[in-house]
Formats: sequence, structure tokens, C-alpha cells
Amino acid sequence: MNPPRFPDRLLTWLVAPHLREEVLGDMHERFFRRAGRLGETTARRRYWRDSLAYLRPSFIRRKPASNPTQTTPTMIRNYVKIALRNLVKHKGYSVINIGGLAMGMAVAMLIGLWIYDELSYDRYFQHYGRIAKVMQHGTHNGEVFNGEYNPLPYGNELRTKYGADFDHVIMSSWTSDHILAYGEKKFTKTGNYLSPDAPDMFTLKMLRGTRAGLKDPASILLAESVARALFGDADPMGKTVKIDNKLNVKVTGVYEDFPFNTEFRDMTFIAPWDLYVSSEDWVKRAQDNAEWGNHSWQILAQIAPNSNFETVSDKIKNIRVEHDPATAFLKPAVFLHPMSRWHLYSGWDKSGNLDGRIQYVWLFGIIGLFVLLLACINFMNLSTARSEKRAKEVGIRKAVGSVRSQLISQFFSESLLVAGFAFALSIGFVLLMLPFFNEVADKKIGILWTSPLFWLSGLGFSLMTGLIAGSYPALYLSSFQPVKVLKGTFRLGRFASIPRQVLVVVQFTVSVTLIIGTIIVYRQIQHAKNRSIGYDRAGLITVAMNTPELHKGYNALRGALLQTGVVVDMSTSSGPATDLRSQNAGFEWEGKDPNFKESFGTVAVTHDFGKTVGWQFKEGRDFSRQFTTDSSGMVLNETAVRYMGLKNPVGKIVKWGDTSFRVVGVIRDMVMESPFKPITPTIFILRYDWADVINIKLNPARSTRESLRQIEAVFRKFNPGSPFDYRFTDEQYALKFRAEEQIGKLASAFAVLAVLISCLGLFGMASFVAEQRTKEIGIRKVLGASVFNLWRLLSKDFVVLVVIAFGIATPTAYYFLYNWLQKYEYRTDISWWIFALSGAGALAITLLTVSFQSIKAALMNPVKSLRSE
Amino acid sequence: MRRSDLGEFEEVVLLTVAVMVPKAYSVIIAEELERETGQPVSTGAVHAALQRLEQKGYVTSVLGEATAERGGRRKRLFTVTALGGRVLTDVRSVRNRLWERIVPPTMLEWS
Repeated sequence: MNPPRFPDRLLTWLVAPHLREEVLGDMHERFFRRAGRLGETTARRRYWRDSLAYLRPSFIRRKPASNPTQTTPTMIRNYVKIALRNLVKHKGYSVINIGGLAMGMAVAMLIGLWIYDELSYDRYFQHYGRIAKVMQHGTHNGEVFNGEYNPLPYGNELRTKYGADFDHVIMSSWTSDHILAYGEKKFTKTGNYLSPDAPDMFTLKMLRGTRAGLKDPASILLAESVARALFGDADPMGKTVKIDNKLNVKVTGVYEDFPFNTEFRDMTFIAPWDLYVSSEDWVKRAQDNAEWGNHSWQILAQIAPNSNFETVSDKIKNIRVEHDPATAFLKPAVFLHPMSRWHLYSGWDKSGNLDGRIQYVWLFGIIGLFVLLLACINFMNLSTARSEKRAKEVGIRKAVGSVRSQLISQFFSESLLVAGFAFALSIGFVLLMLPFFNEVADKKIGILWTSPLFWLSGLGFSLMTGLIAGSYPALYLSSFQPVKVLKGTFRLGRFASIPRQVLVVVQFTVSVTLIIGTIIVYRQIQHAKNRSIGYDRAGLITVAMNTPELHKGYNALRGALLQTGVVVDMSTSSGPATDLRSQNAGFEWEGKDPNFKESFGTVAVTHDFGKTVGWQFKEGRDFSRQFTTDSSGMVLNETAVRYMGLKNPVGKIVKWGDTSFRVVGVIRDMVMESPFKPITPTIFILRYDWADVINIKLNPARSTRESLRQIEAVFRKFNPGSPFDYRFTDEQYALKFRAEEQIGKLASAFAVLAVLISCLGLFGMASFVAEQRTKEIGIRKVLGASVFNLWRLLSKDFVVLVVIAFGIATPTAYYFLYNWLQKYEYRTDISWWIFALSGAGALAITLLTVSFQSIKAALMNPVKSLRSE
Repeated sequence: MRRSDLGEFEEVVLLTVAVMVPKAYSVIIAEELERETGQPVSTGAVHAALQRLEQKGYVTSVLGEATAERGGRRKRLFTVTALGGRVLTDVRSVRNRLWERIVPPTMLEWS
């Protein structure tokens, strides 16, 4: 016969320890007396009811400790002092712990700042929520395209027919290079021709003049930086500036430069749209004839306050088909792309899926989190490993009279101190790394010294890390019974080290994945760089033809350049070799399938273009002045020949609109667009009047600097109104790899950091294990174990962990990188050796890290290790 | 003399302690009270009252011997202090004085 168990347990748990004995005693005694008198059933029932009588505060409230723990300043000072002494005593651990955590925090902080910058893009504009680009969507040969080049009449159509939905509709000539001249000062600056209400839409911060400054067609608004460059400290208002050596305009305002993280950061001056229309014949033609088929301009719009983007997009989606019914086969739809999505949600793949920067925001966000996680794991691992050694300390402290809450405060103050040091150090790291980071990521990021969010998240995070890492020693170790610990019968369970091993596996999984990722990103870049580009970009420079003077004497300029002796050849073309600027339809040829909707890249060149860039002919010949018929000649690239299905292309007639061309030659494909994409079928025709850039091949025998000086002299003579600005083609070509190289550089930096942090952790763990097993190693040595045996014994555990990590990392990395590579049509393969190499690398690093400690332990003199204590 | 701080239940418990001394502890007191009043009285209620009395200084306690029926646990034995005794006497004399002033006809009406 026994009293019911549950109320007993409840009381044991609830009633304060100093009352527990009498209360339970009373309950039991009463139970047995009742059971004797009234029978067991009744006694049990009453027992339940009686136990409820103890549910009152006077029984539950714990007796205050005999020496009450007060968190007095003295006590706190003592905690900090002891914590500092502990850090100084174990310098190695402290450095590993603080350094590793600081590095992780720094990486996370950098990535956090980067993400903050990306998300705050364009928020400078007050009408951020209501500005949009007009874009067109369509499908051609099963491929979806989204373009922001619009025909000129859209502007009027939106303004007149849908005026109620828009506050502003702004025509834009695109931001591009123009020459600004004031007196003797000439600069190439990037600017835009915009409709007069653009300053209102952009809410320009006017430093001088008003936003109405564009109303007069012969006016210009300058950014502060440009105004300073042209006029210094003088007042620019009302001065006359010359654009591209042909348009005289009056400065009617100066506005604050747009911040770096806006779409329009390059818009350093704004000129009126009407001036652009009246000065460019082709634009005037497009306006006068209402050319609905000429897609050349950007249109920006601000919708009315009571409207939203979806409904307006829905209203305007058919304006292209209504006025240009011939394009119905493209299923075109006009829509508004809101400013909030420009930066992160622009870019679509061929099936129309979003393929924007937001992916990188996610990618780096995740990487940042992982690096931080690695650092935290280290921190916790090392803290807990260390703290096991301190079990004895806990025992003695308790025996001397520490109460548990004091031990908890002690351990927490130690881990918080370390986390605090790490946070301070990480700010230092970030300051050091920011210049490099800004350069790689093309940003102007600074630490947000004044942002409460930054400090709140940084300190909040440090506090959390400190609390989590300190929780094991603080809460678990402080519960030890001093007798057991001091007597030495205390044993941590067999599974005490399992969480640590799991953490090491997680660390190495992340590191190995990052290593594999970095290798593959670099292989992909290298793969594309090794692609044969079909022309010779060495010593090739391009000069923009931005003034009317350059369009006059082609032969005179060429003659003068060749005469200098530093130029091998010179030609003009409608675009540089690194940019395929126009694509056209409307071609006919023998054997063409009438349903085939073709599209060709079109480039206009002069006779000397082939020799300048170094065309490689597969069939036929280059354009030649010997044959006058070549004025209607055409050169195709290989892809075009395949695309058209021609057997013997040379001599064939190709019609473009009303003009017939005869194919004179076929060249090897030139990589003019992204080196990761397949080649566009391209045709080259002879048109001197379409020229837009001058291509110059420098004489390799002469020094580049000397050559450029002589060429500049020639240009000064022929083009006195503009500064001599040139671009090296190889540099332009290298720019095509920028996005990938950015990812590559960042990924490799993060991979290195992740590996470094993991190794730090491993190093600490290895030294801890070696220290813990000093006696065992001593005994093994006495019994005859060799150094190699011991090394193997100590290293084996870690190697197993790394192998497991590798097993997890391989499929993960394969999955993600396979998907990443799918994005590129010209891509490298993922071969097995990359995985093998990364695995071997990780293993080698592990062994190196661990061996240092294990060999040191194995070489130790057993007499010393066994004598200790 | 403050005597407003002695509740009715406390007074009864204090009296019982005085009766049962030197063997006064919660179980015995609870059973005694149950027998006298006919109402169920829990040890918890008695124990709480004893705690309050001890706080006020009317009783003192010591831990007694362990007994088998309590599962080897000790019991807490209570004795009335001098202060407790004075309070009890006070209460009693107030009551007695009042009783004596009730006129016989009133008593007759009750019976």
C-alpha cells in the first residue's frame, strides 16, 4: 500500500526544498492513518484533495539563499577581472576564439551592409513607389524577350489617351557619353535628353535655378560635380555650354548629384528632349512620321497617385499591336516595370523566368549566414571544450561557498566579454576590408555609424552569441555536485562529444561546398576566356564619333593616321567589335522557308574593317576597293550560314528590304556579345554613313603611350571640339566577365574565410583533445607506441569527420552548381576531378592543422606528462 | 495589545497546539480539529496557519525524530510561546467578559 505517486511528484517539484521533508512526511503519515481507519480508496481520494492545500505561495516560495547574491558593481567587476585573467592565461585559445568570431562577424557585417545597399537602391527618389519604365514583352521563335527600347510615338499615346493614369511620361535618349565644352574646357560626360517635366518626377534637389529649367529647348541642367568641373567656383547660371560641339545651350540649373546606389547615377547632366529631336535627323524623322516600328528610346513614367501599376499595365498592354499590327505574331504586350523592381528584379531568361540580381542577394545572404554560423560553432565548440576542463574549478568554487547563480554569472560574463571583444574587432576588420570590398562589388558602402539598426543588430547578435555559447558551461557545469567533481568520480557521458562532432561536420560541409563552388566558377570564367573570339583584340582601340567633324573626311583622317606610322590600319563601323548594337528582320534569300521569322545582327563597316580587327576568313574574301560591286557586298559569319541553311554561300544574293546584297565572304564567328552566349547570326555590309566608332589598330612595334600621343595630335587637328577619348578593346572585352569575376572573387574570398575559420576551430579542438589525453599518450608511449601510431590515433577522429562532411558536400555542391551553369549556354562541364581535388585539399588542410597538435603531443616526454599533478 | 492579527482558524490551531503539547504537529492537530469540528481539515491548511503563527511569534518549532510511517521523514513539533499564551488568555478573557454580560432571557431564547 502506497500513496498515489503523481501528487507526490508534484509536491516534490513544487514545494520549496526546505519544506519538502515535513510536507511529504505529513502527507504520508496522514495517508497511512486514514487508510487504517477509512480504507485505502478513501485515503487515496483525500490524499489528492489534501495535496491541493499546499498550492499556496507560502509553500512554493523558495527560501532566500543564506548569503544573498547581489549583482553589485563590485561583484560584476570581479567577474570581469576573473574573465580577463582567464583570457590572458590561455592566450592561444583567446586569440582563436576572438579572432575567429570576429572574422565571421566581419563577413556577416559586410554582407549585411551589401544587402542593405542593394535593397535601398533607388530609394533616393521621392516618387520611388510610383515611377516605372515602359517595357515590352514578346515571344520570338519560342523565346521570351523583355525589352525597354520603345518607339517614339508611345510617349504621346500614353500622354493623350491614358493621361488620367499618369502624372508624368518622360521620353529619354538613354544616358550616354556627350562632350560638354565651356570655353577651353572640354569633358566627356554622361548625360541624358529628357522631357521637361523629368526634374519633377526625379524630385531633383536643385542647388541653383528651378526644376522648370528644361522648359526652354536651348537649356541644360548640370549635376553639381559637372558644374564644378566646368566652372570651378564661378556661378554657372546663364552661361552657354556647347554639347557635342554643335548645340549651344544655356545653364538653367544645378542639381545635387544622384547617389551612387541609384539607376541614374551616371546622369550628370539633363538636356531637353526637344533639343535632341530637332538636332538628330533620324529622331526627327521618327517623330514626324510617327514610326511605330523604330524601337530606340527609353520611356519613364510616373503613375497617378490613385492608380497602381497592374491596372495601368493592363490598360496599355495592346498599344503596340493596335498601331503596328504586323508584329502580332510576337504577341507583344506593353507593361510598366516599377522602380522598386528595376535593380533586383530585372533580367529574364529565355523562358521568361526572372533571372535578376535578387538571386545574388539571396546567395550572398546565405553564404554570410553560413560563415557566421561557422564562427559561432567554433566559438561554442571551444568554449564548451574548455569548460569541461573547468569542472574542478566549479567544484572548488562551490565548496568555498559560491552559489549557482554566481557561477552562472561568471561563465556568462566570460563568454559575453569574448563576444564583445569580437564585435569590436570585427568593426576594425570591416573598416580594413571595405575599400577592397567596394572595389570588387562596385559599391560605395560605408559603415552605418549613425544607424540604430546597425548597432542594434550588431550588439544584439553579439549578446545572443555570447549567451548561446556561454549557456553550456553556465547552466550545465554549474549544476555539478562539488563532492563528485572533486572526488574524481565525475564522468561526462560517452556522448558528450557528439554535438561537437556534428558541428565540425557542418563546418567542413560548408567549407568544402564553397571550395568546390569557387573552383567551378573560376573554371567557367576560364572556359569562356579561352573561347576563340574570331578577331585580334590586341592593340585595338576605339574612338567614339561624337562630333560632326569626324563624319566628314574619312580618307583624310585615315591617311593622316597611317602617316604617323604608329597605326597599322583604321576603319569605322556602326559599333565596336565588343558590342552588337542592332538586330534586324526583313531578309530574303534563295531557299528561305517563308514562315521562318529571321533575325540578324547587322553591322555596317568600311573596306578596312576586316584588316583592322583581323577577320579570319573561312570562305570567300574580304571587302575590297578593287571591286566596285562590293558596295553592295555582304560578309556573313559562320553561324549566319548555318542559320540560313546555305550550302555554297559565296556569290549568293541576300535581299534586305529593297536592296540586294551579294555574299563575298564568310568569316569565323566573332564574339561580339556575351562570351557565355551562343553567337548571333550576323551580317556585315559596307555603309560609310552608318559609322559610329573609329577602330584603330596600333603598331605593335611602337610603345603604346607614344602611339596614343601621336594619334591624339591627329585627332586634335581633325576634331578640335572634343577631348580625345579612346577605349582599349581588350579592356572592353574583359568587362564582359565582370559579373562572373565579381562572383568568383567574392566566392573565393568567402571560401578562404570559411576554410580559415573552420581550421581555427579544428586547431583549437585538436589541441584540446591532445591536452585531455596527455596521460593516455604518456602511458601508450611507455608501453611502446611509436610517434606514428600516436599521430594516427589522434588524427583519425578528425579525418573521419572531414570525410563525412565531404560526403555531404559533394551532392549539395553538384546540385547548386549544375543549376548555376544551366544559366550559361556556353559552359564548362563539372568533372569528377574537381570534387576529388576539393576533397583531397580539405583533407590535407585538416591533417596539417591536426598534425601540428598531434605530433607535438606524440613527441612529448612521457616522464613529464605522467609526472604532472 | 494587538489581537486583530489572530484569525479564527489560527486561534483554534493555536489552542490545539496548547492542548497537544509536547506532541503537537500538523497531522495530529488536523485530526484533532477534524474530530472536534466534524469538518474535514487538511494538513496543508494547518501547516500554513502554523507558519503564520510562527512568523507572529506565537509558537516555536523544532524538527523531531524520523518515524517509519512518514517514510523516514522528520516531523516539525510546535510549542506555544509565552507571547502566544498571553494572546490566548487575552482572547479568552474578552470572550468571558462578554459572555457574562449576556442576560439570561437572551440565552433562554436561543435554547
